[in-house]
Amino acid sequence: MDALVLTIIATSIPLLLAATGELIAEKSGVLNLGVEGMMLSGAVGALGAVLWLNNPYYGIVAGALSGILMASIFSIFTINFMTNQVATGLGLTIFATGLTGLAGAPLVGKTITSLPKIEIFLLSDIPVVGSILFKQDFVAYLSIAIIIYISFFLKYSKSGIILRAVGDDHQSAHSVGYPVKKIRWYATCFGGMCAGIGGAYIPLVLTPHWSEGMTAGRGWIALALVVFASWIPWRIIVGALIFGGITIAQLVGQARGWPIPSQLLSMMPYIATIIALTMISGRLSKNNSAVPSSLGKPFFGSQ
Amino acid sequence: MITFIPRDKVSKNWIIIAPILSIVFTIFFGLLIFTFLGYNPLETLYQIFVSPFSRIDRISDILVKACPLIIIGTGLMLCFKSNVWNIGAEGQFIMGALLAGFIALSFPNIETKFFLLITILAGFVGGALWAFIPAILKTKLNVNEILVSLMLVYVAMLFIDFIVRGPLRDPMSFGFPLSKPYPDGALINKIPFPGIGFLGQLHYGILFVLLLIPVSWIFVNKTLGGFKINVLGSAPQAAKFAGFKQNSITITVLLLSGGLAGVAGVIEVSANIGQLQPEVSFGYGFTAIIVAFLGRLTPVGILFAGIIIATVKLGADNAQMTMGIPKVVTGLFEGILLFFLLTGETLQKYKIKWSEGKK
Repeated sequence: MDALVLTIIATSIPLLLAATGELIAEKSGVLNLGVEGMMLSGAVGALGAVLWLNNPYYGIVAGALSGILMASIFSIFTINFMTNQVATGLGLTIFATGLTGLAGAPLVGKTITSLPKIEIFLLSDIPVVGSILFKQDFVAYLSIAIIIYISFFLKYSKSGIILRAVGDDHQSAHSVGYPVKKIRWYATCFGGMCAGIGGAYIPLVLTPHWSEGMTAGRGWIALALVVFASWIPWRIIVGALIFGGITIAQLVGQARGWPIPSQLLSMMPYIATIIALTMISGRLSKNNSAVPSSLGKPFFGSQ
Repeated sequence: MITFIPRDKVSKNWIIIAPILSIVFTIFFGLLIFTFLGYNPLETLYQIFVSPFSRIDRISDILVKACPLIIIGTGLMLCFKSNVWNIGAEGQFIMGALLAGFIALSFPNIETKFFLLITILAGFVGGALWAFIPAILKTKLNVNEILVSLMLVYVAMLFIDFIVRGPLRDPMSFGFPLSKPYPDGALINKIPFPGIGFLGQLHYGILFVLLLIPVSWIFVNKTLGGFKINVLGSAPQAAKFAGFKQNSITITVLLLSGGLAGVAGVIEVSANIGQLQPEVSFGYGFTAIIVAFLGRLTPVGILFAGIIIATVKLGADNAQMTMGIPKVVTGLFEGILLFFLLTGETLQKYKIKWSEGKK
């Protein structure tokens, strides 16, 4: 049972990280559909770094940097050249699929050491809960820390309030003197960093070798999770665990030979995403304050 | 520091220059990346852009490959023009091919080619039905069509895999995941040229493209429906005041683009494969997004864009065979191309001004 819960948590971490990063970008008014591409880059970056330096922790750093690099490309075009965000995000995913395929080709067939578990002194000895919550790897702790941090950041810090202002009404934010473009750059790059680490987690913990397109749509599910969470950070945890659970349930089903064809079981996460989106979107009214009003709209002013 | 200054009117020159400049920039950056990753840049350039033109049968293969891209791209054009983001054409392609395949396999002895009209219609219905899901969710419940249409791609891929390995598997296929071969009536033949024979794989499906381009041109430029789509995309407020029903336009363009993707699926399978197999598409639905943009969302532009992108696809196949470069590398070019095309769109509306100073 413990093992099952641990697998569910591990499966949900990449989603959790990528969705959290995207949430920050979206709160600043940037809709980055390139999450899948940034995750792929994080994955290939992490694999390359670990094979080269033989230390899984460098994989996290490399994943983060790869994600930031991809986010920078997205930012140059959407923020500075004011291109359409939807199309550019798609372009980023297509670009990254090609780039990672090329960069990953020499890595095929090589396996890396996975990220070690860190036991937290005393806490990990608590029965049941201890072994689930306090015997995790570094990225798992990090992702929870990020969620807690950004919850407070968005609600109570001045920078967080400015970020939300930029996402809600960039014209007004600009006219009171906030550097809209700079803030969006930072937010998008933070999103890229989280997606990159989320992508890195896949080879570092889940499957320790490269295969083309190994993120398998997780970036898109992360985008859906942001909507599912109605742009409220802690709800991403719930959403990510549900999706992790569904993914594992279908794997368990295949392993135990449930009398349902494996392909139909594999559809479950995708169908669940559609159902979840449908349930939430109907209820999200357009005036909901959590939805950034300037989302996806380019800002044409200077700066 | 660069600033953008709005132009008084859209620059006509840029409409032509932008795609050409984009291609030049794309090749330049592509070569840079290849060199950086340790491949011979000139050899790669030759394989990807020149080798597809080296023989007459290869040139006709470009047309064969361009065929589905142009058909899907034309449908996507209608969506993107009206700001509806259908990115699930890949799934609609598969479902169109699947429904048509089901009909074709239900009549194993049919020989008349008129049967093709039915399978193509079935393909249209299959693709349109698959696109109807995001359409109805978008218009009734305001669900994001991007995510729904994309999730349905994964569902469609798994579904055809299930069908071909399960219910429609040919018992005589020795365990391979293949359906029975299509009856003659459901096959699209290669075009025989007197004195030459066949030109590569060039088939009659190309006629559909020749028909589609003028029809879609007339639809976009000369009909009320096309006018509504243009207004909705370029001036949503005006469309609202004019009383255009946004929801019915959204549903229409999604059904049309899904249907066309489905037809592309039928033509691809009927002409080139002749039976159902787990993989029927090879990413046409995603590539067509680039084709639609490269063609500046115009029917004639998409015709040329389809041919250019098909060339790169075939070139990438060659590069994989001769140099061992993974085929997905086309994505690299497509992505960069899209970035520059979109930048070109900005430059159409804005002038660049270089100014001194730090901000």
